[in-house]
Amino acid sequence: MARTEEQHKRPGLSAGTAAGARITASVYTSHVPAIGAALDLGKSNEPYWQPLFAGYEPSKAWLKENTPDVIFLVYNDHATAFSLEMIPTFAIGCAESFQPADEGWGPRPVPVVQGHPELAWHIAQSTILDEFDMTIVNKMDVDHGLTVPMSLLFGQPDAWPCKVIPLAVNVVQYPPPTGNRCYQLGKAIRKAVESFDQPLKVQIWGTGGMSHQLQGPRAGLINKEFDKDFLDRLIADPAGLSLMPHIDYVREAGSEGIELVMWLIARGAMGDQAGDKPPRVVHRFYHVPASNTAVGHLILENN
Amino acid sequence: MTDYSEAFKDIPGTIVFDATQSRLGFHLNQFCMSLMKAENRERFKADERAYLDQWPMTEEQKLAVMARDLNRCIELGGNIYFLAKIGATDGRSFQYMAASMTGMTQEAYAQMMLAGGRSANGNRSKSEWRNRG
Repeated sequence: MARTEEQHKRPGLSAGTAAGARITASVYTSHVPAIGAALDLGKSNEPYWQPLFAGYEPSKAWLKENTPDVIFLVYNDHATAFSLEMIPTFAIGCAESFQPADEGWGPRPVPVVQGHPELAWHIAQSTILDEFDMTIVNKMDVDHGLTVPMSLLFGQPDAWPCKVIPLAVNVVQYPPPTGNRCYQLGKAIRKAVESFDQPLKVQIWGTGGMSHQLQGPRAGLINKEFDKDFLDRLIADPAGLSLMPHIDYVREAGSEGIELVMWLIARGAMGDQAGDKPPRVVHRFYHVPASNTAVGHLILENN
Repeated sequence: MTDYSEAFKDIPGTIVFDATQSRLGFHLNQFCMSLMKAENRERFKADERAYLDQWPMTEEQKLAVMARDLNRCIELGGNIYFLAKIGATDGRSFQYMAASMTGMTQEAYAQMMLAGGRSANGNRSKSEWRNRG
């Protein structure tokens, strides 16, 4: 069910025909490992953590009403599945399932992540033909970068309520992909999803950030002004935001703040970037600190 | 490309993991990666020196690991996501490791984070650190 570029750009049609897959919403969130540990160890009601988890309550309720069939989850691997032996820039998980990784403390007690190989392969093929040189991964454990967002938004179920296609983005070895490349990839992912001939509701999640620095004498850097401005621009002007150079992320948001480029993949996949109406802001939340990190969260729903 | 990497060097207290650092630190980071396996953690803890000697790391890198001097490890090509596995082997929290790199006690560091973290103001450029004396 190939669609032409022209059809793709026409408002109204780009939301997918009744029979096809469509991107319904995008979700953005930090993926701090300490949040996973707090949940796993039953500390979520402690005064330190309570305000953070409270900030995700409206999102959990919204997700219950709006559970997608598939989440395309953009995250980064933290020297877990990928060492320095191989460093793919964009690695799409096409496996049937993905095991929670042992990151040195034993695997997190969370359900196995079920993939959607058919859609994943379709997206891989479509984006590669769109000139994005994706790495196809058929066996991969997933670390806190993927499982912490799932826990934050679904709590602690026995099985995750939907399938997940992981996209691991390199933000460890410099250079990571540019913001613009990420944003453009998001657009290509949208095109791929909307040309998939099954009636699937797909959400795209961008994770990582917000401001934080985990290394060196400047560790602990938090920049609320930058983070709030980033959220504003992500909503209103993602194309402009995508042009921000890496140096600005590192200088302003800390060396690990560079993870925020991944949010642009999710934002680029939203309907308004292909000519539809601007998305609705379902929820926005910001909190400092979670361990060493500023936590940002946003949900945008396609109109 | 050189300009790309050079620009980051103006940011104080920060070493970006670029091609140069990655080449310097390959074996150091691969050693860290080996600590993902429980049996390797046990062997390392039983005799750190003997375990490190199995890796083609420089003497400086080995000494920095044994001293748990994370800043030195980073200068010598270590990357924090890899180095964090040493802390996990020691049973240390990440916040403990982060504090150790700032010269603050873990308590003072945790307090700084609760108060909103380290401000970007005064911490954007090496010139600001030089001027503060």
